Amino acid sequence: MQVFPEIVRAAGSPAVTEKTETKEAVDLPWIVVVHNDPVNLMTYVTMVFQRVFGYPKEKAEKHMLEVHRDGRSVLWCGVRERAELFVQQLHGYLLLATLERTD
Amino acid sequence: MEVVRNNGRLEITEIDPFLAELLRQIPASANPESVPAAEQRLYSAPAHPNERELCAEWKVYVEPELRRLFQSATDTVASDLEQLGEKEKPFANSTLRIPQEHSDAWLNALNQARLALAAKYDFSEAELCDYFRSPIGSRRDLSLFQVNFYGFLQEFILREMNCDLSSASDP
Repeated sequence: MQVFPEIVRAAGSPAVTEKTETKEAVDLPWIVVVHNDPVNLMTYVTMVFQRVFGYPKEKAEKHMLEVHRDGRSVLWCGVRERAELFVQQLHGYLLLATLERTD
Repeated sequence: MEVVRNNGRLEITEIDPFLAELLRQIPASANPESVPAAEQRLYSAPAHPNERELCAEWKVYVEPELRRLFQSATDTVASDLEQLGEKEKPFANSTLRIPQEHSDAWLNALNQARLALAAKYDFSEAELCDYFRSPIGSRRDLSLFQVNFYGFLQEFILREMNCDLSSASDP
């Protein structure tokens, strides 16, 4: 992520088997992951985490720094539908975000 | 160039013709058409390619929404930028007033432009952090300057938005 230091100080019958697998996949918890991007500003990423997840600034900054330092951060874990919604919102802010199945 | 806050608006004054031209290029720079790398970055995959069904549904249902959102932001910015054409003298400095309610559109459009340019020219992290690189000797250098100039503007807009949040939480 990019920063401007001088300004920022601031998821029977063969058919039935297939149906069961799909349901299990949907019921598994999913995680929302944000990946590092050298272009997005650190302050911007922090603001997006605050807006999308409702995190306080300190928590948003902690995740932003994790993305910056480790290349990725898990922002949320839960049902697929909601995870998809979060990822959609994050893409709306142009962050590199994916949803992944938990093991 | 000076950036001030005036009556709840962000006012950028004393914009010289060169910076005015860079501002005018925001909507065009944000357009990823004919640049596959930029298109791929602005409309990145929502999951690992193994998640075929999920990625296919995303393309059909979500991506068009994102395209509308991004287009709406650049349209707002393009409309604000019309102010830069209202000058009495051709080489005079300009002033740009950004209404507070357009802040999100500006942040989004500036980000689209920065990401599309960075993808198009494949700038490295080291290049993106070299704020004092000069002189501008090629189109690539100019685009790097654009990315940093647009980032500078984003920082100012974000700072102003934070000021609003702080003052709103004051007793």
